[in-house]
Amino acid sequence: MPLLDIDKDKCVGCGACIDACPFGALSLVDDMVVVNDKCTGCGACLLACPMHALSLPEKPPLKAAQHLATYSGVWVWVEQFHGQMGGISVEMLGQGRKLAGQRNVALTACVLGHHVEHITKEAISFGADRVFWVDDESLASYTTVPYASTLINLVHEYKPEIFLLGASARGRDLAGSVASLLHTGLTADCTGLDIDPENGLLLQTRPAFGGNIMATIICPNHRPQMATVRYRVFEKPKSDYQRQGQVIPVKAAMSADQITAHVVDSILEKDEVNLADARVIVAGGHGVRGPAGFEPIRKLAQVLGGAVGSSRSAVDAGWISYAHQVGQTGRTVRPDLYIACGISGQIQHLAGMKTSKVIVAINTNPDAPIFNVANYGIVGDLFQIVPALTKQFKKRLHK
Amino acid sequence: MNIIICIKQVPDTTNVKINPETNTLIREGISSIINPFDLYAIEEGLRLKEKFGGKVTVISLGPPQAINALKEAIGMGTDEAIQLSDRAFAGSDSWATAYALSLAIKKMGEFDIILCGKQAIDGDTGQVGPGVASQLGITQLTYVFKIVKIEPEAGTITVERLLEEGREIVEARLPALLTVVKDINQPRSTSLFHIRRASKLIVPTWTAADLPGADLSNLGLKGSPTQVIKIFSPPKHEGILELIKADSAEESAAILADKIIAEKVL
Repeated sequence: MPLLDIDKDKCVGCGACIDACPFGALSLVDDMVVVNDKCTGCGACLLACPMHALSLPEKPPLKAAQHLATYSGVWVWVEQFHGQMGGISVEMLGQGRKLAGQRNVALTACVLGHHVEHITKEAISFGADRVFWVDDESLASYTTVPYASTLINLVHEYKPEIFLLGASARGRDLAGSVASLLHTGLTADCTGLDIDPENGLLLQTRPAFGGNIMATIICPNHRPQMATVRYRVFEKPKSDYQRQGQVIPVKAAMSADQITAHVVDSILEKDEVNLADARVIVAGGHGVRGPAGFEPIRKLAQVLGGAVGSSRSAVDAGWISYAHQVGQTGRTVRPDLYIACGISGQIQHLAGMKTSKVIVAINTNPDAPIFNVANYGIVGDLFQIVPALTKQFKKRLHK
Repeated sequence: MNIIICIKQVPDTTNVKINPETNTLIREGISSIINPFDLYAIEEGLRLKEKFGGKVTVISLGPPQAINALKEAIGMGTDEAIQLSDRAFAGSDSWATAYALSLAIKKMGEFDIILCGKQAIDGDTGQVGPGVASQLGITQLTYVFKIVKIEPEAGTITVERLLEEGREIVEARLPALLTVVKDINQPRSTSLFHIRRASKLIVPTWTAADLPGADLSNLGLKGSPTQVIKIFSPPKHEGILELIKADSAEESAAILADKIIAEKVL
């Protein structure tokens, strides 16, 4: 049963709501809008209706409940891998610092791992006022339960108002578990975070439906307000090792023998595969015509210090591994520079890369949809253009 | 081996087009499909059954029409299906969805493995799987790329997970919930035999009242900690294309290289 209520006296059958519905749940029957079971109650149609004929059931009041006032402060989970702080955590600390400033509260970093004391200093240099430092053998490799239970204990004790994590594989794994057990709201994969000046709530904006609609989400009655944030959405702040901060050592929640999942090995990929954090991506698609066709693309990526991406069709054809796939069923990326070579630009591919800062398209077909999102385009054969481009960059970048 | 697969019915965006004038989806005639990532979960579940025996049950929370997704999963060869559908579930966010699913799974009884797709292509959150695992208090293994081995006697599973820096091999105790990525397998098609079975199979529908111990205030829109307050179209990315035309590839490349360098993105 759909949630949407349609006031039949007000509806004039203009159809404005039909275009606004992301789920195709509305249609006109006898000049009157009707809703079907595809309705998810998202509310996209409400604003579109000029007659105010559409409504959803009453939501709880926006005013934060009294007991929530005891929650204060912005927290960031600092992800580290083999003792190296993740770039996405630097971005979280930068944005966390801004939000903490807006709320006039402290920024706290949670550093979990084994032999990670140096990361507590890094976290302070990037803006943390306070660091919870949990150093334990049981946390040497990331696994869900030991990390989640340690963070949950800290939340219960110190009651943060906002808790941010990077939307990396580990961040999404951890955030889902922590929010679920704390019974609080979590907005995944945000691309915007702000504070509502009226009520102090965290405004969390994220794309949905393959990036075709944006939604702003709040968590009014539960704390902490939790969000994961996509890679490369926020600027990385500069480090300042003069900054002072407090480091509080904390005990891990579980001992090593209580743990039921163990990382037994990790297989690191070459840099050319780490798409999420890449500043530059050179990607190939159907037009590369075979596994060997990725060679010129790799060379260009190398000269630009970038990663190699791929469209779905090249992965499905077996020309390159899935780890390279950009798009709806692959990775969502937002590099500073995305060079699409022989990629036509199907909607699912565009969903994964269209927020890149500068997009370049090289394709033989002048009508390829990739040109609709590109900043620069060349209609031509990638096997001529890409090697020529590599040569030109080598010259200009003195390589 | 008892295997449960959580699936979601989503709008089929594979054939969707964008209206270039308004930058919005052309939504007319969008059909509904099983979330593509869930197909890999179904396939993996069927393979586990073929190897270890047992039963594969699919479960879905959604409007009544989501029955079609469950029937399709039966058509692929899964044994049983359960539908969770009730107005009380409508408007659930990822927390409330995970809550309802975990109560239903508890009611279903013993299980060894729960499989989910890594995320749904409409919401893209990837949070329901971890939510279910946490609420059931079982091991969660996300972004699984390969099941390396399962030792039912010892009650252990070893998987390869796909992370940003590479792959990670994790050994864990069963029961466990796995969310799987695309490359784990090649999902099979439905077969005539199983489609016939699906058409005859009566799929039970559970409502909120059928979930033991359900706190009604934790369900649906009112049980969802998050609220959507605004929906809007993303900023339009249009009319920006600068097409570079020169006499030779060399020349075009030289102009393009200069333009990219002037953008200061390198």
